[in-house]
Amino acid sequence: MIPPMIEAQKNRREILGGAAGAAAATLWPRAIRAQAAPRIVIVGGGFAGASCARALREADARLAITLVEAQHTYTAPPLSNGVLGGTRTLAQQQFGYDKIAAAGITVAIATATTVDAQAHSVTLSTGDKLRYDRLVVAPGIALRFDAIPGYSAAAAAQLPHAWTSDGTQIDLLRRQLEAMDDGGLVAIVAPVNPSRCPPGPYERASMIAHYLKTKKPRSKVVILDSKDTFTMQELFLKAWKELYPGLLEWKSLSSGGNVASIDIAKKTIETDFDNYTFAVANVIPPQIAGPIAKLAGVADRTGWCPIDPVTFESLQQKNIHVIGDAALAGAMPKSAFAGSVEGKLCAAAIAALLVDKKPAVPKLVSNCYSVVAPDYAISIAGVYHPVNGEYVDVEGSGGVSPLDAPAALRAQEAKFADAWFRTNTAEIFG
Amino acid sequence: MRLPPHIGEGITQTLIMRTKRLLPALALALMPANVIAAPAAPPPPPGVAACTGCHPKSGGDAAIPQLAGHSADDIIAAMKAFRSGTRPATVMDRIAKGFSDDEIRVIAAWYAAQK
Repeated sequence: MIPPMIEAQKNRREILGGAAGAAAATLWPRAIRAQAAPRIVIVGGGFAGASCARALREADARLAITLVEAQHTYTAPPLSNGVLGGTRTLAQQQFGYDKIAAAGITVAIATATTVDAQAHSVTLSTGDKLRYDRLVVAPGIALRFDAIPGYSAAAAAQLPHAWTSDGTQIDLLRRQLEAMDDGGLVAIVAPVNPSRCPPGPYERASMIAHYLKTKKPRSKVVILDSKDTFTMQELFLKAWKELYPGLLEWKSLSSGGNVASIDIAKKTIETDFDNYTFAVANVIPPQIAGPIAKLAGVADRTGWCPIDPVTFESLQQKNIHVIGDAALAGAMPKSAFAGSVEGKLCAAAIAALLVDKKPAVPKLVSNCYSVVAPDYAISIAGVYHPVNGEYVDVEGSGGVSPLDAPAALRAQEAKFADAWFRTNTAEIFG
Repeated sequence: MRLPPHIGEGITQTLIMRTKRLLPALALALMPANVIAAPAAPPPPPGVAACTGCHPKSGGDAAIPQLAGHSADDIIAAMKAFRSGTRPATVMDRIAKGFSDDEIRVIAAWYAAQK
């Protein structure tokens, strides 16, 4: 017997079938399929979506799981600022979907273009239509290219945002830093809340400062911020004073950091108070949930997605769950760590719901490391649980690294950052 | 020949498999269904999902050990010592404070039962 997929080999649309997924299900007797193959479609193959797929596969071998992801290669954002600092390579950030497919998950390399919540179907850019019993939406963020006058999607080819899992952006920023003359200004435009990876822009400023200190010491970094406070602020400011005195400046909202407009041709950024001429500019625009969230009807007027914190099911559409950065998850930060945990817990909730069991009330941890120099990392940890329909901090838990700590502790945290990345990505992509 | 049940209408002519991927897939597919559809292991209790991101399934080191296979008593003692601050930590002190005695007990029992 020759399955139908062979016929279409020349077609460039790709669906990588996992062993226990597509091909296996194809050959199962109809009776087994009919009684025992709930269909789960997951849109988005990042930390949240891919974790969810792997956890569902482990939770219930009967499930037919399809992971829809636009890119063949995922460039993991956590630790990617190390690529700018010269401490990590782009290759260390990159992962493919082969192992996920081999684990028995059907991987469709495509973009989801429409969701029909009534008919329980998702249409892909390839024209394919996937039916689902439960849909998991894990699209991460969309950048609001309309938010800063002078900046646009096209402008990102010159002024990279480097804020998504598109590896060409971080690579472009790295190459621009390498090409710039010593003595230039690197401007980082930091977004308003809520945004992906709240400490990310400040870790990035640190790693760029590390690179400049080592290679181009007459250069400077300025962070132009739309906020007056940011996460781990005291720890960052202390580290910058110690490590990068005179090299890194943070302009808060009230000290005129808010960007009014950008002139790409003149290489200038106008803020509320000043005008900056940059050699390299990294513009991180404000964000909303990825586009599929709106198409699926799960985003509210804020652009983010309200959820039931126990099941991660959308409050706006039944049978559609939202995890990761796109979700409005109360006190939980939009971190890869949290996204991965949400993926696992959403999988457990779906597995329970499919057999009419009550999902367990989840408990979540997020622990985000920021590497400010080689052998120097700080972290913010939180433990969260749902109270009155919203995630809140478990009282007395969590917090940031101590402000005064020996170098050995900062070095230990840097090791932990690496270890978390290795373990979590192996769990998801390995 | 029928399509996998989760692949909906309109997909017949567009399914792609790499041939080299197809052969092992078919081999598996021809195994009895009960080999593939093995009963699921008992799901981990809430809280464990947060451990697994850092604590590897196997391997690990002194700083971030593998938890599976440790006795429940050892895990409970470590978590309580992190929580009270009697065991020095970089981050586990902050995390352990978010877990109650009951939650720690359930997590420890689950890990102790893993190989």
